[in-house]
Amino acid sequence: MSDDTLIYLDHNATTPVRPEVIDAMLPFMTLRYGNASSVHRFGREAKKALEESRERIAGLIGADPEEIYFTGCGTESDNIALSGTLLKAPSGKNGLVTTAVEHSAILKTAARLESIGIPVAYVGVDSRCRVDMDELKAAAIGSTALVSIMHANNETGVLQVIERAAVIAHDAGALFHTDAVQSAGKIPIDVRRMGIDMLSMSAHKLNALKGVGTLYVRKGIILAPVTYGGGHERGLRPGTENVPGIVGFAKAFELAAAERAETGVRLRAMRDRLEDAVRRDIPDVLFNGMGTERLPGTSNISFAGVDGEALLFAMDNEGIAVSTGSACTSGEVEPSHVLVAMGVSPQMAQSSIRFSLGWGTTDNDIDHVASVLPSIVERLRRISAGVERSGC
Amino acid sequence: MYSEKVMEHFMHPRNVGELENPDGIGKQGNPVCGDVMELTIQVKDDIIKDIRFKTFGCCAAIATSSMVTELVKGKSLEEAERISRQTVAESLDGLPPAKMHCSNLAADALHDAIRDYREKHPKS
Repeated sequence: MSDDTLIYLDHNATTPVRPEVIDAMLPFMTLRYGNASSVHRFGREAKKALEESRERIAGLIGADPEEIYFTGCGTESDNIALSGTLLKAPSGKNGLVTTAVEHSAILKTAARLESIGIPVAYVGVDSRCRVDMDELKAAAIGSTALVSIMHANNETGVLQVIERAAVIAHDAGALFHTDAVQSAGKIPIDVRRMGIDMLSMSAHKLNALKGVGTLYVRKGIILAPVTYGGGHERGLRPGTENVPGIVGFAKAFELAAAERAETGVRLRAMRDRLEDAVRRDIPDVLFNGMGTERLPGTSNISFAGVDGEALLFAMDNEGIAVSTGSACTSGEVEPSHVLVAMGVSPQMAQSSIRFSLGWGTTDNDIDHVASVLPSIVERLRRISAGVERSGC
Repeated sequence: MYSEKVMEHFMHPRNVGELENPDGIGKQGNPVCGDVMELTIQVKDDIIKDIRFKTFGCCAAIATSSMVTELVKGKSLEEAERISRQTVAESLDGLPPAKMHCSNLAADALHDAIRDYREKHPKS
């Protein structure tokens, strides 16, 4: 491989925009750039593209067009779903039940709601990152208004059985929301069949542009808006619509759906080959979430005795881009809340790396990573101090 | 995020390892959760003749450990005792604010090693 080979294995963080998506977007930046709210033909053209995109995206998750709202990102969709429901829920029926492994968009919103008096329960997960359904049943009580459980976990790729969670939510008279930011386009979604009342998606996770999110809200559910302004998106999310971005998202989602089966097979094979190589060539590792239903392209591995960030930079030095769940904030290492919730020891959680494959990942990429990873890990282990390598 | 000096010390750390019969051992950090540093020193005539480090931690942790060994190797204990948390960070052309605790760990491990030496070899 050449010295400037770059291998991107961080598709769960963000993805490159596909050429077909760029082609779809371009006219709406250069010729048909009208504001979709304008009355003249420029506006009407933009509006038409906006509504067509809405219809296409709705179709891909089994929803009606009027159930699709466009936002600026997955985080915003999560915020609107939670705050939009709970801020107008009557006291006595305004509780939220969610999980310990959600993305911070859900957790931080939940914390904020908690701080203003809304009861929130966080259901735990087992060692495989799977929500305990009995615990969920116990948590979803009469005062619960909303249950929110992510479809695919961003760190481990583990999938929750959201159909079951939806039933439990409904039995408690609560709505069911799922953060499908990581799963949309990769795992088939049919909101009717799965009993989903609200669902968040994000364009930039699916080879479309950053700055576009979607929130599906079942007909009949009225949410309180979180921001105020013009009447866009039926008043739920005011602000001039990002028509090029939205058109691109519709295109990207269609491509993903059309190629989904084949992509799944391909990514799974490469991911499994990477994990096989690691298992074969590197001792004292832990595969977090393996053996459970996962996104086909995600692998989360703990390397005993090595700090995740150190490993990340060492790999970055070799032109390989990955991520780690740990964060170093205000002078303390904070291991991934997801891994900790799974019962992974804080030290192993601190030693984890997430590999997320996607569109554009090749067999050569995997082979190269597999070939250099052992020596990278070995070098850092030689430098390492005071860590036990047992228990893997 | 990191200066060139930090990355240099991270990719090519100096004095990695463990002295066989150290005159002083310094340990800092929490093995349960967080960075861990171990320094071993060899002292003769009050000079740090040799020093090694082993560190479990991020780039900043490894770089600050490496830098601290470079700063004191061949220096007197007195000079070494004057190495502060600031000195370590400055020698590396600075650290991101969230990583300053790593330079604290390195300086503390050094002082721990010197203290350990002094306890084992009280001044006459």
